[in-house]
Amino acid sequence: MRYDSLLDSLGHTPLVGLPRLSPSPEVRIWAKLEDRNPTGSIKDRPAFAMIAAAEADGSLRPGATILEPTSGNTGIALAMVAKLKGYKLICVMPENTSEERRQLLRMWGAEIIGSPAAGGSNEAVRRAKLLAAEHPDWVMLYQYGNPGNAGAHYSGTGPEILEDLPTITHFVAGLGTTGTLMGIGRYLREKVPGIQIVAAEPRYDDLIYGLRNLDEGFVPELYDAEVLTTRYSVGSAEALRRTRQLLDQEGIFAGISTGCALHAALGIATKAQKAGERADIAFVVADGGWKYLSTGAYEGTLDEAEDRLEGQLWA
Amino acid sequence: MAVQVSIPTILRTYTNGAKRVEATGGTLQELIANLDTDHPGLAERLLENGELRRFVNVYLNDEDVRFTGGLTTPLSDGDAVTVLPAVAGGRK
Repeated sequence: MRYDSLLDSLGHTPLVGLPRLSPSPEVRIWAKLEDRNPTGSIKDRPAFAMIAAAEADGSLRPGATILEPTSGNTGIALAMVAKLKGYKLICVMPENTSEERRQLLRMWGAEIIGSPAAGGSNEAVRRAKLLAAEHPDWVMLYQYGNPGNAGAHYSGTGPEILEDLPTITHFVAGLGTTGTLMGIGRYLREKVPGIQIVAAEPRYDDLIYGLRNLDEGFVPELYDAEVLTTRYSVGSAEALRRTRQLLDQEGIFAGISTGCALHAALGIATKAQKAGERADIAFVVADGGWKYLSTGAYEGTLDEAEDRLEGQLWA
Repeated sequence: MAVQVSIPTILRTYTNGAKRVEATGGTLQELIANLDTDHPGLAERLLENGELRRFVNVYLNDEDVRFTGGLTTPLSDGDAVTVLPAVAGGRK
């Protein structure tokens, strides 16, 4: 397929069946390969959309500086666009994110401001908000509250999935900014009566949650619980196990958050199979495994891999 | 009706440092009340005006209880309840 530029090649990613992991011809699981986007993750969609919207409303002008709290993929997507369009990008990123993400950001010319590992993404968001207040000339796109994030999925990813899978009964994705689930979820709810929208939320170890004060938690401004049917918490052990299962049985080399979504998808599939109900379950492969090689997630036993992931933000 | 309850680090001052405690209750509400009897002060950290606090997430067998009936969610013997602070997520 031919496009005028890399930016124009966004989206229209493949939806592939998982014949070995699906329990039966009546209960099928489908993977939306969002790693097949320009910078290799689903985050290209919101990043491109948020920049386009800020350019259109005049808040983003030539030569401007963009500020964004991100633990990786959104930053990488923004960095590539910023490079092509002549913006400067500053990312506020937790220190416990993989080296690959840092190198990719630097490669596209982004500046990284570290936030303490113990605070996770909550702390990155807090620091970015403080910086934005100190530098009113910087443009914070703010993926956690920018309607363009969910909007990119409402107008792009959602219609693509429905076109490829009109018989869809369940949609599953990882929960972070909540943009993917809000956008695709709203679209599918409007078009498919009875569809179930299921969130798979990464559950980290104590090192990540350790210092979180319960009064200082964070719920993204985009989040609307009404869009979801339910929400599962998936620990790193299950996420790793499913990430490897996807590689072993279906040949798909995905990032660890994909294992998190697949775990929920397989749980739904088992339930449907037991109940004797037909199901077409689509879930999101948010990115490939490349950026997580240095975490050791794909080597040695699962226990070893889990130990190596301790204290790291893997989604 | 024993239920295993995972306690986040920040609340382990109420459980003498225990990461997991056992409690009983036919519903989540009863469970939290019973937990508070054994570990005074814990309920107040989880609830506000009779509802789960905004930044507290509670999961029953890994499913968010806000989607399973909230505090009225029924519990069974052998269930696992996990309490976690709300976080912003990772990579996204």
